Amino acid sequence: MTSSQVTIEEYGKYETAWCPGCGNFGILNSLKQALVACGLAPHQVLLVSGIGQAAKTPHYLKANVFNGLHGRSLPVAIGAKLANPELTVIAESGDGCMYGEGGNHFLAALRRNLDITILTHDNQVYGLTKGQASPTSDQGFATKAQPHGVVATPFNPVAVAVTMGASLVARGYSGMPGHLTKLIAQAIQHRGTALVDILQPCVVFNKVNTYRWYKERCYELNADYDPRDRDQALRTALEFGGRIPLGVIYKTHKPLFEEQFAVLKKGPLARQEVPQDGLQQLLRHYT
Amino acid sequence: MSQDIQLLIGGEAGQGLVTIGQLLGKALVRAGHQIFTSQGYHSRIRGGHNVFAIRAGSGPFFASRDSIDILVALNSETVALHRDQLTSRAVIVADTAISSDLPGTISVPFAEFGPERFWNTAALALLGQILGLSSTQLQQAVETMFGKKHPEMMAENLKIMEKSRKWAIDQVPKHGCTLSAGAVTGDRLLLNGNEAIALGALAAGLKFCAFYPMTPSTSIAMELITHAETMGCVTEQAEDEIAAINMAIGAAFAGAPSMVTTSGGGFALMAEGVSLAGMTETPVLIVVAQRPGPATGMPTRTEQADLEFILHAGHGEFPRAIFAPGNIETCFNLTAKALALAERSQSPIFLLTDQFLADSTRPLAPSELKAGTPVKAGAEPGDTETTPYQRYRLTENGISPRLLPGLSQHLVVAGSDEHDQDGHLSEDHQTRIAMVEKRLRKFALLKEETVRPVLDGEHDCSLLLVCWGSSQGPVQEAAAMLRAQGSSVATLHFSQVWPLLPVQFLNILQAADQVVSVEGNATGQFARLIQRASGFVIAEQINRYDGLPFTARYILAKLEKIAGWEKLPVINPNTDTSTGVKS
Ligand SMILES: Cc1ncc(C[n+]2csc(CCOP(=O)(O)OP(=O)(O)O)c2C)c(N)n1
Ligand SMILES: [Mg+2]
Repeated sequence: MTSSQVTIEEYGKYETAWCPGCGNFGILNSLKQALVACGLAPHQVLLVSGIGQAAKTPHYLKANVFNGLHGRSLPVAIGAKLANPELTVIAESGDGCMYGEGGNHFLAALRRNLDITILTHDNQVYGLTKGQASPTSDQGFATKAQPHGVVATPFNPVAVAVTMGASLVARGYSGMPGHLTKLIAQAIQHRGTALVDILQPCVVFNKVNTYRWYKERCYELNADYDPRDRDQALRTALEFGGRIPLGVIYKTHKPLFEEQFAVLKKGPLARQEVPQDGLQQLLRHYT
Repeated sequence: MSQDIQLLIGGEAGQGLVTIGQLLGKALVRAGHQIFTSQGYHSRIRGGHNVFAIRAGSGPFFASRDSIDILVALNSETVALHRDQLTSRAVIVADTAISSDLPGTISVPFAEFGPERFWNTAALALLGQILGLSSTQLQQAVETMFGKKHPEMMAENLKIMEKSRKWAIDQVPKHGCTLSAGAVTGDRLLLNGNEAIALGALAAGLKFCAFYPMTPSTSIAMELITHAETMGCVTEQAEDEIAAINMAIGAAFAGAPSMVTTSGGGFALMAEGVSLAGMTETPVLIVVAQRPGPATGMPTRTEQADLEFILHAGHGEFPRAIFAPGNIETCFNLTAKALALAERSQSPIFLLTDQFLADSTRPLAPSELKAGTPVKAGAEPGDTETTPYQRYRLTENGISPRLLPGLSQHLVVAGSDEHDQDGHLSEDHQTRIAMVEKRLRKFALLKEETVRPVLDGEHDCSLLLVCWGSSQGPVQEAAAMLRAQGSSVATLHFSQVWPLLPVQFLNILQAADQVVSVEGNATGQFARLIQRASGFVIAEQINRYDGLPFTARYILAKLEKIAGWEKLPVINPNTDTSTGVKS
């Protein structure tokens, strides 16, 4: 039951704990616009986040919210979706939370393919803890914690997701709000786990990957780009340096994880009675 | 006359000893006998030394005996390992290829009965004959296993069983191990502790379980999965235990009564999640099946050493309750109670079991299982519900009506940061105080619901044995043996170990001349907890930490080392000659 009359005002306005100029503002705005474009009312939406500056986003719009632990947004989102498949579930967090602390959950979530959306605010740094390297930090990125610069190879979430055959993989940029809104709306409407890795300038702790840096590199994929071609998708995903392609990079059709549970076809578990003679039936196995 | 036969089947993993044991157990129950079965095994799929023990007779039995009346040796190692436990009337059943110099050895030419894959059913028929079961009783047991699915296997099995039974009638010499007719009538269920936990949870309305396999907890989830579709329950093998508890919290938040099952090491990974459940006030049942630690410890053995860990796991302060069932029926009943209490108190609630209970079975009357009305998750919004809805509204008892996301127009906001009544994060210190106190007020409900410890015996006894969780059966048996010798001995068993309310037990401890605790750990964790809660110091302790469960004889042998109990009268040598205690 989606209503086309939803307005952006219904999603409210809140004071935030973000720095002036933070890339998170653009993402918040695009998220609200996308929810409106999808015709979703706030009570139909559950936003699940971890901990970090990005993970505070659910507090800044009206929706159902579960703001859990650092790294653990995905398992909570999955549990909630399995309890109530009618909810539109969005897991939203930072790059450190989603790919570092929660890396194992990220891989497992892509493999499962529930009908949920993953939004990562990827500022290539740990913001809330004041500027340590994150899994997506560029090699050579120097911080107080990595004074000689990052040595480890950066994690490419988009390429990993393509390799794993995730059902929708996209990259967006908070500095291109119109484009980002469309990507998020597409991800929400997609049947299956949809990842949008969103490049997000951190004006305080990342002086390398700045608005200017991204602006010089980001470009939209051509209209004739075919996201169903996995080899091309992988090449596109690996393009991260001089040029950074934005858009839906890979898309495929896979069965939904939740479809294996017959009971979920009947709707939210909270609305279902325990079968009256169920226990009696079970106990027969043990006589 | 009371009858008490201890049978033990020993062999390597993969030799089918569990199948023989289970079928024999079923047949004994159908024949109206009381039984208790338990298992011990090495952490491997093939090889090692595994045992399946069945105690049968007039019972009821709540533990195995150390001494053995019927030893079924599937390999020579079994004869060597258990020869010191044999009673004077013992018979040893072994294939002719296995050498045994022991008196009472029955050398069975299994090869004469048929191909090797049928030797298990041949052994079953032979044991049935020794124990005095009729061939129909045994056939029924085998039928439940092969009958409908493999009729040709069934026919072949029946032929072999008949050959084996005939051989036994002709060749087995006189012995004292035959049971007189079983006296128990009516349908009975044969459940192990983990099956009882799974069924108790389902009966109480469990709708979601996430787990990561870890012995000895795994079979709870496996049992749930078998019945999940019938009962409308969703289960998921998570990528790790951290995911498991966070999934359960997510599912519970969205309206599914939820549970996780694990063992100590897996639970260690869940600790932050426990704290999250406490902070977000999300109901979740956490079942921990203990095995000896630290680290990987002894994966397939038993211990009661995770009590203090579970009591303290999770940073910050929030209320919790810990149940510790002492037998199969309380595994079922307390799981049901714990699931309901998690929902009512919107808190993490624990159930602590162990390998001993997990792998033990005992026949039960269906009426002994009580689940109550199934848990209903969350509340419906009242007509007067304020907007915006306040998930953490401050209330007198600390419990705020819990609406579910997506099931009304109201928005539900839950947070792991300190939050205001609306769920949004707050760093205000007055709000902090109000929220800490709100959460702690819920402890009153947990106290009201605390299960009383059970005193078995006289209030002013000379010796009171204090125990918790799975040691109940062996401790009560040891006390009964002492009472039979004329001593004034009582037991006090706790099936809930937190909260501990001195009004429920302090006067009992004070009334006894001497108090001894009996627990399956090295340091007396529960005795320490009693002292912390009530000030009462239990100075004398019987502890077991070799990985094996308590038995009555083990407890008595340890008691003999405590002042005043040095010379215990000898227990009837016919039924019990060995302590099984290595000094
Ligand atoms: C278990 C745990 N470890 C560490 C932290 C501290 N911590 C909070 S946020 C964070 C990193 C945040 O980085 P990211 O996820 O990229 O979010 P950002 O602040 O950059 O938006 C860390 C390490 C925590 N809260 N919990
Ligand atoms: Mg970050």
